This record gives sequence, C-alpha cells and structure tokens, in this order.
Amino acid sequence: MNQSTSASSLTWAKVTESKLFFPILVLAFIFLFDLVAIPGFFRIESRDGDLYGSLIHILRNGSTVMVLALGMTLVIATGGVDLSVGAVMAIAASVAALMMNPYVLAEELPPHLMSMMQDPYFTYSPLWVVIPVALIVSIVCGLWNGLLVAYGKIEPMVATLILMIAGRGIAQLITNAVRIQIFYQPYAFIGQGWLILPFSLYIVAVVYVFSWVLTRKTAIGLFVSSVGINFRSSFFSGIDEKKIKLMAYAFCGFCAGIAGLIASSNIKTSDANNIGLLLELDAILAVVIGGTLLGAGGRFSLLASIFGALVMQATTTSMYALGVPANAVTAIKGLVVFLVILLYSEQVGGFLRRIGGRQGV
Amino acid sequence: MAEANNTIVAMKGIHKSFPGVQALEAVDFTLRRGEIHGLVGENGAGKSTLIKVLTGVERPDKGTIELDGKQVVIRSPLHAQDMGISTVYQEINLCPNLTVAENILIGKQPRKPWGVDWKAMNSHASEVLGRLGVDVDVTRTLGTYSVAIQQMAAIARALEIVSARILILDEPTSSLDANETQQLFDVMRRLKSQGVAIIFITHFLEQVYEISERITVLRNGRLVGTYDTAALPRLDLIKLMIGRTLVEFESMTETRLESGKHIEGEALLQARDLGRIGSIEPFDLELHAGEVVGLAGLLGSGRTELANLLFGIDKPDSGTLRMAGQEISEFTPLDSIKRGITLCPEDRKASGVVDDLTVRENIVLAMQASRGWFKYLSLPEQYEIAEQFIRLLNITTPSPDQLVKNLSGGNQQKVILARWLAINPQVLILDEPTRGIDVGTKAEIQRLVLSLAEEGKSCVFISSELEEVMRTSHRIVVLREREKVTEFVGDVDEHQIMESIAGDQT
Repeated sequence: MNQSTSASSLTWAKVTESKLFFPILVLAFIFLFDLVAIPGFFRIESRDGDLYGSLIHILRNGSTVMVLALGMTLVIATGGVDLSVGAVMAIAASVAALMMNPYVLAEELPPHLMSMMQDPYFTYSPLWVVIPVALIVSIVCGLWNGLLVAYGKIEPMVATLILMIAGRGIAQLITNAVRIQIFYQPYAFIGQGWLILPFSLYIVAVVYVFSWVLTRKTAIGLFVSSVGINFRSSFFSGIDEKKIKLMAYAFCGFCAGIAGLIASSNIKTSDANNIGLLLELDAILAVVIGGTLLGAGGRFSLLASIFGALVMQATTTSMYALGVPANAVTAIKGLVVFLVILLYSEQVGGFLRRIGGRQGV
Repeated sequence: MAEANNTIVAMKGIHKSFPGVQALEAVDFTLRRGEIHGLVGENGAGKSTLIKVLTGVERPDKGTIELDGKQVVIRSPLHAQDMGISTVYQEINLCPNLTVAENILIGKQPRKPWGVDWKAMNSHASEVLGRLGVDVDVTRTLGTYSVAIQQMAAIARALEIVSARILILDEPTSSLDANETQQLFDVMRRLKSQGVAIIFITHFLEQVYEISERITVLRNGRLVGTYDTAALPRLDLIKLMIGRTLVEFESMTETRLESGKHIEGEALLQARDLGRIGSIEPFDLELHAGEVVGLAGLLGSGRTELANLLFGIDKPDSGTLRMAGQEISEFTPLDSIKRGITLCPEDRKASGVVDDLTVRENIVLAMQASRGWFKYLSLPEQYEIAEQFIRLLNITTPSPDQLVKNLSGGNQQKVILARWLAINPQVLILDEPTRGIDVGTKAEIQRLVLSLAEEGKSCVFISSELEEVMRTSHRIVVLREREKVTEFVGDVDEHQIMESIAGDQT
C-alpha cells in the first residue's frame, strides 16, 4: 500500500522533473486551444503522397529554429549564449548564393551567360562544394565566438554581439550588397522539397541525431554540463573547459550555417538584411523553454529544446490561422514565453509536484 | 560585578548544525562595551557561523542570546541592525559608482521639501567620516578611493544608518597594506573610546595582538576559550587553535611520526627550488612511494599554494619538478592527472564537487577527462565504477544517480576522493580533506590515507589540525609565511613543531 503510493508519487516526481515536461505540457495546451478555436487545424492532406496541413506547416517553418536551438543548447549549457546565429545564417546564405552564381557581381555579361543564369539547372559550383564551404565558413564564425569567450574571457553576451552586428555587414560584403537570386532547382529542394514530409525535417532529424550522438555517446555532453555548472571544479578535474566552450560555439556556428542554407533555399535569395533576422532570440527562447538555464548553464536536453522551438512555431502558426495580424503575433509569442517562464518558477513547480503527490495518496 | 554590567552581548550554549556537520556546539561568547574582541580559529572552526547567528542570518538550534542583559531572538539581519548590530564584510557591499556621501547616507538622506538636500547630506557625511578621522572629498565616487577608504565608508554607514553599538569586522585587513591597516586600527580605537564593541575576525595573529584586549578561540565548532590577550603568549594561542583535540580522536591509532618508517630509494615526485612569485617561495620537496608527507602551518602559510603548484593549477616561475626522474614541463591539471598526480582541493564546494551532476558523473569525471572526449565510458562501466567506490568508501547515497548537492559534506568529500582513486593515482595531494565533516568520517579518511600509503601510493596531507597531521604523516613539512621552514622526520614532539609554525616572534 505504502509502497505503491510512494512509487506513484515517485513517477510523478520523475515526470515533472523531466526537462520534457513543461515544453510538452505547453505544446499540448496550444494544440488544445487550436482544437477548440480553429476548425480543421489538425487536418492533414495528401497531395501526390506528400503531406500538407497546419501541423506539417509548423514542423516545416520551425525547422530553422529547431536546428538553431540544437546548437544554442550546447552554448547555453556551458553558461554562455550566442547572439550571432542570425547573422551567421546570413553569411552562410551569401556564401552559398555567391558560389552558385558569381556572375551577378559582374558589371556586364555576355548574353549566353545572362541566359544561363536563369537556367534552373545551372550552378557555378556543384552543391557538394557549395554546402561544405558555406558550413565551414559558419564553423569559422563559431570558432571566432568561441575564441573570444573561452580564450579572450569576454562575456558571451558581449563577445557574440560583435559578430551579430558585424555579421550582416560581412554578408553584404560577400555579395557586394547585391541580393542574389537563387534559380538553381536542386538547392531550392533543401527548404522547399517534399519527400512525404518536408525535406527540411529530415535535415533537422540528421542534425538532431548527430548532436545526440555527439553529446550522449561521447564525453562531450558530460563535460559541457560540468563546465556550465562549475568550471572551476571541472578544471580541477582535468577538463579543458576552454576547448569545450570552443567546441560548443563552433557547433552552434555549424547549426546556424545549416539554418542559413534552409532559410535561403526557402526564399530563393541571399537576403543579407533579412535572413535569420531576430531568429537568435527565438532560438534562445526555445532553449529556455526547453529548461536549460540561461546564464547558469548545466544540465540540458536536446529534445526539450526541439519541443521549445515547436512551442514558438506552434504559437505563431496558430495565431496566423486565427487571423491575428502579423504585428500582433510577437506580442502573443511574448505572452506564451512569459507563461512558460512562470511555470519554471520554484513556486509553480513545487505546486505541481504537490498536486501529483496528493493524487498519489 | 562591574564586568557583568559591562557585558553587551552574551551568547550561551549556542548549537547549530547543518546537514552532516555540527557547525557550532555549545559555544559561549561574551562581548563587553567598548572592547575590541578578536575571534580566531582556522577555517571551519565556526567563526562565520557564530557571526551569522549573532547577525540573524542563521537561527541557532539551541542556546540563548542576551543583549544588554535581556534575552532576545534575532529574527533576521534587518532585525539585528535594528538592535544595533552591524557587520562590515571582507568584500565591501557598497556601490562604487555612487559618491561617498550617497553610500554613507543612502536611505537616510536629509530632505528638503522638493527633494534631497545634497548640501546637508555632503556636510553630514564629511562630519561622520571626520569623527572617524578620515578626511576625503565625499562628493567623489566611492570607486575612486582605495579599499581602505571604502572600508571606512562602510563602517561610517554602519554607524550612521544602524547606529551600531556592536560592530563586526570580518577579515577587514585582508586587502589592506600596512599603512591602511594602521588607519583602520586608528578608527577602531576611536570607536572603542566611544563605547562601540567590536568583534574583529582575522587570520593575521599579530594584528589580533596589536589591537584586541580579549581573544576567543574556536576550533571544530567548539569554544576553546576566551582569554585576555596580554596573558596569552602567541605560541599558546597557536596551540589552542591547532593543537591536540580533547576527546574526538582518542580511539585513533598511534602517532605515525614516532614509528618513523624510513623511506629509501629514489623520490617519486621531486621539487627543486620550485616557486612562484607572490604565491610561494622556492622550496625543495621529495615524495616517496608509500609515505605520507604532512604539511603543517597556519592559514595563509602557503600550504594550498604549494599543493596547487605540484598539481599544475598554478605554473611555477622557478625551479623544476620531476616525476619518477622525468622533468615536467607541462603544468595543467590534465597533464598532472595523466601522470598520476591528483589534488583534492581545499574548497570542496567551489573547486571540488560539480553539485548539479550525479554521484556517478562526479566519480567518473577525472577518469573521463584523462581518457579524452571520444573514449567515452559506457553507462554500465560508469555504474560499475561508481558502485565500486560507493561500497569501498562507504558513501551514503540512495543511488549513484543522486545529485551530489543532496549529499552531506562528508559524503561529498568521499565522492571527490573516489573521483581521484578511480584513476589509480601515484600521488595524492589532499588539501584539508577533513574540514567541516563529522568526526566519524574524519577518522575514516585518515585511515584511508594510511592504507593508500601502505599500497605504495605517495600522499600529501594538509590540515589545520596539527594533531591530525602528526597522526597520519611519516614526515612533516612546516610552512610559514609562504615559505618552507623546516622538515621533521622521526622523533619530534608537538611542541617543536608548534614552535616552528609560530616562528621566532613568540
């Protein structure tokens, strides 16, 4: 009798203490709201075997923030933050666009080249060169942040602010301030393609699995948490906390690069002014909703951050479906974030645990 | 009779325990009006807990506090201030970007009908500082002045806002130079003549002798005694602080030193003229397999600095260090761990445990660090190691998945020991491994150190309790004022060691 009571309250405690609990709870509330307020929100259609619908829309539009959130999770877990991911997205997009179509920078072009530029199957460099180069450039951006934070001992907020400001300028310099249109069809598939589900989701899945393996099948996850919780104890235990931080920022840059490719493929241009604009904040909020402590760092859950990103995107999509004007959507998003943060406060958390305890008795 | 009337604070039979630690046990403390009272003891003696009880930060488990002969319950720091008890901490908690006058009077600014009367405020602030014998421009920001002046401002604020009758100065001189210290002492003497009672906490014993009339000594959470400064020779004071404990170790083994096991052969770890400017003077030290070397000395004598140098926390700027004959050139904790040198740091909370990780994760941390990022110990391997050491060291924890922060101090210390034993080190440096933990665990750790030495490991044992050092060590190195003074092997008595710890000034 007693045994079973303690067992059931123990499982409830385990459930509420899991980092997945709050993001899934909030997501459930949003969907519950949608179920009541928006008829047909959950309808999924199949066109030529590909699936469409609001839920699919949430997944597809949330893919950039999901990828960003994966990288951001590691950075925040070390006790830092990366404000430059939006700008790094723009840099990656500019590099990719320029490599596929460098002729746009020329003043005058022979006519055969002019016509070739519009050809949906023309690219100057093949994708297997374009994508790695864009990602390497993004990793270099991440390394720069990591060097400033880990070796330069600059506050992460300040250190990454530098690239946040300079990054869009660098992206403009790369394309000589031209918004390069992307005609190349295979590249467009990255963000717009469909293989039953949107292709960008498969990218998210691959990045997720990669980061899961990186943090759970190597010692990196343990070290990242350890450095975030107490870098001094970690140093005394022989962990090179600088290298760990450098790695986290580099990985975050890598993720930002992937997000940049998805975003530019989606809008078919390298728009250095708008690609990834303010997405660093969405990514940070996704991680915070996922329960990793901003500022303090420590324990983290990649899956919870993914759900955090979905909470952000589900809110946006639901509001659009309701017909809320675009300008007001940010206010609603703010409200959702506020409610989630409230859930994380000691009082509310303790309250929920007590409810569970009582039910157990 | 007159003495009774003169008493302003009387704390009687104060008990306070934290999970796993008896911080204070039946401590009595009295403070008289207009006296400067030194409160001394090594780290973990209970000084700060006693002060926290007096200032309302902690409530005592048992015991009474009388203020002016009337029994009081101090509910909070604010309540303590209302009763005229004020503390100036080591780190000054004022605002460096406000003016001196604002810092002293904020919250009690003189007002005019339409706002703050700045003129009155500035002149009032200068007057208050003037009473302390400090003459500075109070309209400049506080941050532009030296730490000493900032401390004066903090004291002035304590007097002005709280109208403090009881002033607690917690290590006030630790960041002051000799002149500034004298300046502070002048202020303290002035306050004393005005009838303010001052509790002066410091680890600079010569300062205690210079300024205080009475000294209260705490050790291990217990009151050793309160003495008139003039009647207590310095050597006796040191004995009281670190000497033989009354009851707790009666059951322990014989003094190691007397058995004087002679170690021959080549040294395992050998330091020659190893030193670091501003940290520790160059020293020679040899550690052999199978011996325990004790480091004795007062707080601030350079024990921790020496340990940090051997382990690679700090890099030496002179001398050489050889491990098994090979000169070491890379000084980082990771390199040391790979060589088999480990350090159990002094501050368990700040540089020992990673409190939000589990017991298992804490235990495997150093082992994993030495294996690198990619040779990850699988979870079954981690559990096996953790469970092995939980059994071996008798760590009390519900499971290996318990967060370390939920364990008692003694068990946390054992987790750190397990972290190091897991990598099977050759040299173990233990910096105050028994501080702030209960007596039973202390004895366990001492026995463990001896058995490790018997297995052929080389241990460095650092402790503030000389008795403990003597019991566990084959050899004792004495440090004083950041310098290695001497080394004792074989037959030595406690008195000799005490004298060399105290130096010639006795």
